[in-house]
Amino acid sequence: MNISKWWEYITGGFLSFPDEGASPERYKILRRNIVTLMLIVTVVPISLMAFINHHQYQTSLKSEIINPLYVLANKTKHSFELFLEERLSTVRFIASAYSFKDLSDEKTMNRIFRILRKEVGGFVDLGLIDSRGIQVSYAGPYALLGKDYSKQSWFQEAAVSGAYISDVFMGYRQFPHIAIAAQHLEGEGNGWILRSTIDTKKFDNLIAAMGLDPHSDAFLVNNKGIFQTNSKFYGKVLEPCPFSVPQGTYGTYVIERKDHNGREILITYSHFLQPDYTLVMVRPRSAVLKTWFTLKSELFFIYIVSIALIILIVFKLTNIQVNRIKEADEKRELTFRELEHTQKISSIGRLAAGVAHEINNPLAIINEKAGLMKDLVEYTPDFQKRSKFLELTDSIIKTVERCRAITHRLLGFARRMEVEIELLDLNELLKDVYGFLEKESIFRDINVQFQFADALPRISSDRGQLQQVFLNILTNAFAAVEDGGSITITSWEEDLDNVATSVMDNGCGMSEETVKHIFEPFFTTKKGYGTGLGLPITYGIVKKLGGDIKVKSKQGEGTTFTVYLPKKSIRVSE
Amino acid sequence: MNTLKVLLVDDEEDFVTTLSERLQLRGIQAQSATDGESALRMIEDSPPQVAVVDVMMPGISGIEVLKRIKDQNPQIPVILLTGHGSTKEGIKGMQLGAFDYLMKPLNIDELIKKMEEAVKVS
Repeated sequence: MNISKWWEYITGGFLSFPDEGASPERYKILRRNIVTLMLIVTVVPISLMAFINHHQYQTSLKSEIINPLYVLANKTKHSFELFLEERLSTVRFIASAYSFKDLSDEKTMNRIFRILRKEVGGFVDLGLIDSRGIQVSYAGPYALLGKDYSKQSWFQEAAVSGAYISDVFMGYRQFPHIAIAAQHLEGEGNGWILRSTIDTKKFDNLIAAMGLDPHSDAFLVNNKGIFQTNSKFYGKVLEPCPFSVPQGTYGTYVIERKDHNGREILITYSHFLQPDYTLVMVRPRSAVLKTWFTLKSELFFIYIVSIALIILIVFKLTNIQVNRIKEADEKRELTFRELEHTQKISSIGRLAAGVAHEINNPLAIINEKAGLMKDLVEYTPDFQKRSKFLELTDSIIKTVERCRAITHRLLGFARRMEVEIELLDLNELLKDVYGFLEKESIFRDINVQFQFADALPRISSDRGQLQQVFLNILTNAFAAVEDGGSITITSWEEDLDNVATSVMDNGCGMSEETVKHIFEPFFTTKKGYGTGLGLPITYGIVKKLGGDIKVKSKQGEGTTFTVYLPKKSIRVSE
Repeated sequence: MNTLKVLLVDDEEDFVTTLSERLQLRGIQAQSATDGESALRMIEDSPPQVAVVDVMMPGISGIEVLKRIKDQNPQIPVILLTGHGSTKEGIKGMQLGAFDYLMKPLNIDELIKKMEEAVKVS
């Protein structure tokens, strides 16, 4: 129920348009409805599709772009872990492989340290610390022998958990270092500790190995948010990191946020198990999502261009369509009016013919009676008041003659409605037709010349129809010439069977394109007041009478219409 | 010069009687009939040299009268009268053998000239 009501509402609103009579409004509404409907059925699906595509691309592309970040962060984290684990294992191994006594010996210590530097790398010094926290043996660049570590926290931690990796600290030479320590437990719970300092230059190498672009950054922070390596953008080693990194989760995560400079960044972070470090990789969002943004802007561009194109075409097409409908309506109305007019004229013609005929009979009686009166006066020798009587009868006969002229004119008008063949003099007919326009030619100072063939044979044709033909052609010629222009009407015998008449003017002329169309119905150059029927009717009549019509024209020079007519009408037997 | 003998046929009695009187004044022997039947009868009784027949008549029309004359007395020329000017009837009449047609109201001199021509030709 509801659906059908809605459907009715929609179709009623958009698909219908007012019936005739609503005049210009009607076409506005029609245009609006067509445009709306066409835009709805084209723009809505395209927009919907664009929206869905956008979403799908976004999800799939983002995951595809972000995955490599995980992989890279994980790989680098493992490299770090491996590096540290290797160092710690080495120290542990030495602590296990050698006795306290061996290591107390400076020579052995130095030898081990030399091998370490050569084979493993990254070691800065190596020291042996007894259970009381005193450094008893040392190999390295500093004079640390005899130093007491018992109060330091790392010593306590190493004593408790057996191994220790420190945060980064500045050594005596102002180089960042870390310290690793491994405890060796003796029989009675007494333990000694082997401690080594490691240069963190290797950290920088590992970060450089990530091969990041110039706008990206990667660094290590500890659990207090202190830089463990230099950061390109956010600070030096041992300075606090300007933004907080989530703590306490083992794994790799990506978050989107703005940094303290307002730059949109993607942060990838990954926690180490030991030591409590976090590898942080910072990449600007724009660089990471560059492909996506490019694709997005391309999609958007295509969308906008297609929408613009659709709108343009919809408007253009609708305009053409509606204008065509409008023109067709107007033409139809004109034709109707023309038809109505013709019918009116035709019925007036019939009426006039009837009246003329009816009047001719009584006129004939009056004529004869008056004639007889005149005869009697003339034939009687001494008729009293003879001259007065003759004057009176002559006056009656003259008046009858006048009435006769009127009825003949009426009959002539009526005859134009139907084809009636008679023998006629074309030159005379042309002069008659010119008579209609004579006043205009004088008023406008148009020079009309006649070049008639002297002995033009009479032709059988329809006088009324031919009058219309030449009246149309002459009217066109008058419309084409300017005031003071000239028109030449020529007649000649074309061949044994045909005569011809041409009407030549020196008016504005027509383009080739116009000449091609002038005999087509409804083609008119008289914008606004032409019916486009004059020449087609003319053409139709000439053809009906068995003749032909030709036109020659040159823009700016003038036009010549030539009408060929058969001497004997092909319709004479009707 | 022989007196011309003509028959005038028109349903308007006023017209034919007045016209015949005028012709007689001019020395022409004119008879008149007001319908087709009596006209044909009169032709049987005493054939005229020329017949002047109105096209539009009740009963037997002028065209019908023309046909019968051309059937039975083809030597008698017929001049048609019409109120319509040069109409189809006039042309039809010419095709059926009428000598000519004239428009009402008539010019009497023109009529006499046409009648003389007709007699001369036939």
